[in-house]
Amino acid sequence: MTGQMKNWEVVIGLETHAQLSTSSKIFSGASTAFGAAPNSHASAVDLALPGVLPVANRAAVDKAIRFGLAVNGNVADNINRRSVFARKNYFYPDLPKGYQISQLDLPIVKGGSITIITSSGEKTVRLTRAHLEEDAGKSLHEDFHGMSGIDLNRAGTPLLEIVSEPDMCSSEEAVAYAKALHGLVRWIDICDGNMQEGSFRCDANVSVRRPGDPLGTRREIKNLNSFRFLQQAIDYEVRWQIETLEDGGRIQQATVLFDPDTGETRSMRSKEDAHDYRYFPDPDLLPLCVGEDWIGAASKQLAEVGTPGMRKELYVAQFGLTDYDAALLTQSRETAAYFDVVVGAVGAASVKLCANWVTGELAGALNRAGLDIAQSPLPAARLAALVTRVVDGTLSSKLAKEVFEAAWNGEGEPDAIIEKRGLKQISDGGEIEKLVDDVLAGNAKQVEDYRAGKDKAFNSLVGQVMKASRGKANPAQVNEILKKKLGG
Amino acid sequence: MSLSVDEVKKIAHLARIEISEAEALATRQQLNDIFALIGQMQAVNTEGIEPMSHAQDLMLRLRDDVVTEQDQHALFQSIAPQVEGGLYLVPRVIE
Repeated sequence: MTGQMKNWEVVIGLETHAQLSTSSKIFSGASTAFGAAPNSHASAVDLALPGVLPVANRAAVDKAIRFGLAVNGNVADNINRRSVFARKNYFYPDLPKGYQISQLDLPIVKGGSITIITSSGEKTVRLTRAHLEEDAGKSLHEDFHGMSGIDLNRAGTPLLEIVSEPDMCSSEEAVAYAKALHGLVRWIDICDGNMQEGSFRCDANVSVRRPGDPLGTRREIKNLNSFRFLQQAIDYEVRWQIETLEDGGRIQQATVLFDPDTGETRSMRSKEDAHDYRYFPDPDLLPLCVGEDWIGAASKQLAEVGTPGMRKELYVAQFGLTDYDAALLTQSRETAAYFDVVVGAVGAASVKLCANWVTGELAGALNRAGLDIAQSPLPAARLAALVTRVVDGTLSSKLAKEVFEAAWNGEGEPDAIIEKRGLKQISDGGEIEKLVDDVLAGNAKQVEDYRAGKDKAFNSLVGQVMKASRGKANPAQVNEILKKKLGG
Repeated sequence: MSLSVDEVKKIAHLARIEISEAEALATRQQLNDIFALIGQMQAVNTEGIEPMSHAQDLMLRLRDDVVTEQDQHALFQSIAPQVEGGLYLVPRVIE
């Protein structure tokens, strides 16, 4: 793909819908619980029965304010003290009112930024805005005698639509942004982040251009509900746009859907008037005004909960961790909490080793098993017990991996595993000396070679000693003793 | 500003209102009269005045995040033309 990308610049902006974790809907007192029987959570307001009026949910506004503060260093200058709900008009059966209540000219949050980390380092992605809106219902197109089934349980569920500037230039950056945002909304407890249930979904605006040219025409990929799909969809779309342009074609602005089965994006058959939403301020809702006392309380609350960014800075300052390690450890509150337990038990002096185990061996195993850190079969205290045995020299790093494997597979406490499998590292000088003597006696040739200046022979001797100890000899001690004996 | 008959028809389509040729002409006249009225209002100097988003100069009232609604789908669906398994059935729509 990189070959094709030559001389092309990719420009990506993301619109993310985060479902705000309230108990009731944004404009009605119906429950937002997922998975209820069809239409059992659709109230008269959600159904748009005649004569009903929306009444806004304070908790949804509060969570939007918290988000605004979190992406702006807990400074409130990006919170609109007065924001306005508007009607976005379109016809679809899962939108009974014929309009979605959203915000247009005056959103609750304007500006802010998200810091992302990719293989090429740290980058700031600017946010354009974040506004409150209601979700639509669900259309089921399976066969209902040639009809569509409508479930309005989701109608009226509060959403925060978070719009980024087109600051990303690869699928890797887009995924890093989405993950950082996902980590943030969960950390500050405004969204459960459940992507399978649609609580966090992304639309990606993608365009390509020659370096220095004005922005190309963008296509919007809708409703990506996994990080993997986000990456695949963008990669496919970028390739498609470049090929189309290189073949002399033109890109037409369009909304496209990603098909996970084929890995392709395809244009939705959208009517030309699909985007004529005829927004206007909703006469049913007065301007949303938030006072300084409210913002002050939200700010105080955020300071207590913190953000991934704040925790990351703390890890860098307190432990001297790299930005990269600190970012990995603060991807979620659960990861940070896990790491805190490990460091607390092992000791801050070995913080780098603790970080390596959490971001390396553990993250790899979780990834392979498709598990979240909260579901880790290896609790933090157990990993700490293992790392402690590395720190005190009981385990070599190689043996530690074996113990990790066993502990991961449910064989119990690391100390018990070490005992049972006889994995204790040999750090007893006398015992190692005996092993070294045996190896030296049986390898006169290598000893001679080494004395003749062949450094390679030394490594071979170390290897023999390690082998004789069945990998359990402390390598540093083996080196030291061997050197002493050969030198003497 | 004035509207053409075609623009009136497009607006009617967006609003899913079926209008005849004669209605389109009459509606065009009415809408253009409204634009004329707006034209008169445009003469007022509003510089430096913050636009209102609502006719009443009041703030939005908010409610606490409490579930107050019960499941009434059977009642609500008693007036629906067609339902099945709790779902409303509508003519098939696929984009």
